[in-house]
Amino acid sequence: MNPLVAFRVSYRALRRNKVRSILTTLGIIIGVAAVITMVSLTQGAKRIIEEQLTSLGGNSLIINPGSRSRSGVSKGLGKTNTLPSEDAEAIRKLSTVTHVSPILDTTEQVVWGNRDWFTALVGVSPDFVFINGWFPERGSFFHNEDIKNAELVCVLGKTVASNLFGYQNPLGKTIRIGNISFKVIGVMSSIGQTPGGKDQDDIVLIPYTTMQKRILGVNYVNNISVSVRTSKDIPFAEAQITQLLRERHRIRPNMEDDFYVKTQLNIIERIFTISKIMTILLGSIASISLIVGGIGIMNIMLVSVTERTREIGIRMAVGAKERDILIQFLIEAVALSLTGGVIGIVLGIAGSKISSLFTHWPTLVSFGSILLAFGFAAIVGIFFGLYPASKASKLDPIEALRYE
Amino acid sequence: MEDIIVVENLHKVYKMGDVDVHALRGVTLTIKKGEFISVMGPSGSGKSTLMNIIGCLDKPTSGRYFLEENDISLLDKDELADIRNKKIGFVFQNFNLLPRSTAIENVELPLIYDGIPSDKRYRLAKEALFMLGLEGREKHYPTQLSGGQQQRVAIARAIINKPSIILADEPTGNLDTNTSTEIMEIFRRLNKEGKTIIMITHETDIAAFAERIVVFRDGKVMKEEWRSKEKLNEPVSRV
Repeated sequence: MNPLVAFRVSYRALRRNKVRSILTTLGIIIGVAAVITMVSLTQGAKRIIEEQLTSLGGNSLIINPGSRSRSGVSKGLGKTNTLPSEDAEAIRKLSTVTHVSPILDTTEQVVWGNRDWFTALVGVSPDFVFINGWFPERGSFFHNEDIKNAELVCVLGKTVASNLFGYQNPLGKTIRIGNISFKVIGVMSSIGQTPGGKDQDDIVLIPYTTMQKRILGVNYVNNISVSVRTSKDIPFAEAQITQLLRERHRIRPNMEDDFYVKTQLNIIERIFTISKIMTILLGSIASISLIVGGIGIMNIMLVSVTERTREIGIRMAVGAKERDILIQFLIEAVALSLTGGVIGIVLGIAGSKISSLFTHWPTLVSFGSILLAFGFAAIVGIFFGLYPASKASKLDPIEALRYE
Repeated sequence: MEDIIVVENLHKVYKMGDVDVHALRGVTLTIKKGEFISVMGPSGSGKSTLMNIIGCLDKPTSGRYFLEENDISLLDKDELADIRNKKIGFVFQNFNLLPRSTAIENVELPLIYDGIPSDKRYRLAKEALFMLGLEGREKHYPTQLSGGQQQRVAIARAIINKPSIILADEPTGNLDTNTSTEIMEIFRRLNKEGKTIIMITHETDIAAFAERIVVFRDGKVMKEEWRSKEKLNEPVSRV
């Protein structure tokens, strides 16, 4: 019997029991829709986590001078002067690197009128705002021109601004840092405290060149902050930077680095593991419903085989081979599950759009998850259809014909 | 005429729980091409078992069965299905039509398993229904047909693939006398066209349509009776 005929015979049989066919399909519909919705939701959640990570600096790394010896004892971390600012420019040329900012920090007294405030003074480059996803709320940040000319401009953290100026507008005002006058060109937005309780808004940002020449009188930097495209690029970027700096610092192969690269890879990896676990967890819960749907198909097919015992007997008497009967019932089962699969995909896509409305997550209906759900439905149909179909094909024609 | 069916010393033993049931106890029978045979006998006498074996639905426990000089015991299940499909047509007491298929779909059924394309199937089935006087009933479901019409659909199905043998198991058992005679006239016509017909019946007046009557008892052939053409319609002596 050719497949097309077999398919038509099966299709007719399914149509004769419309309500039953639809109800049987329902199990698969729900299963497939659940898989697609769940997977797309977790994919969306994963993307949100990734975005958050990026804004938290999950795609950044910091290069510190000094070595981290094998014993873990550091030799004057950040206090040595092995990082010239030219290193930052060299790092900027690496393929994975998107932004680079040298960092120098100290603490200073800042004065405006009769008010003063003791705060962290940090020299950075304009890239600093992109690396940290932290932008001025008012005014602007300094530009590359300001770096080149070591201009006397500053951007205030929120805490400093409110302590010095209260409700007055600090933009355009001149403050004194140490003994030097700086023009306030911007105020950063508030980012609050670190997990350790340190107020990150208690800061004044100035061009790092100004910091080197006017405040500290040095030509090195304390560390270099670097960002890469995504957190996945971090291991490669780390390797690239290490190689580049070893060359620049002329470190021979058997010698230790005079710098070290700090990343948040551990935390990132852990978060990705968690999100992967969530995907697997939700996906497998949804898969269970698909299996339940498959058992529903098997159940109905078994009932159908019993009910149609005499039909099977008649077919065998007029020349149907075991294989013909097997294929007919298998096609019925697979047709049920695939129809359910198609409807389930449509509902699943709709479901993920609806849940994205409620959760405000972007849901990603990936082609992969559709393929997975559809393939799974087909396998379920074959797997759970095989037993009833083989039962049907193994019937004894004489007994099947006698069946009432 | 050549022998179309030869069975030699057929035995059939069924296991019913712990008990062995001997349905056939050494049946030997030769049927010539174009014969019309009635098989009679009380229930449990083994006539249905013999029909099942001749119809390739069942295999004997021992003994030999030659169909057109082929040893059937050497064939596997698929080959038996092929023989049922091409060489044998079945007609049953309860018609055995597919209840949710139309008359024409029922008649087409053997052709589906013979791999005949659908347009040819439809044409052949329509012809067969026409020959049995069922023109215009092609799209009727079995429940919309009378008993006689249903049996004619079943006969159309039995002859659609041009088998040489028709096996009829009490084909008139569920029909009234007039309809029974109609059906028997159809069998007689088919027999004249050259088909070998083997028919089980309980009714002597139905058995009288055959030219040879085989009587079964206790799994054996008890009596065989040849009837001349002239006496054909006279009643058969009761067994």
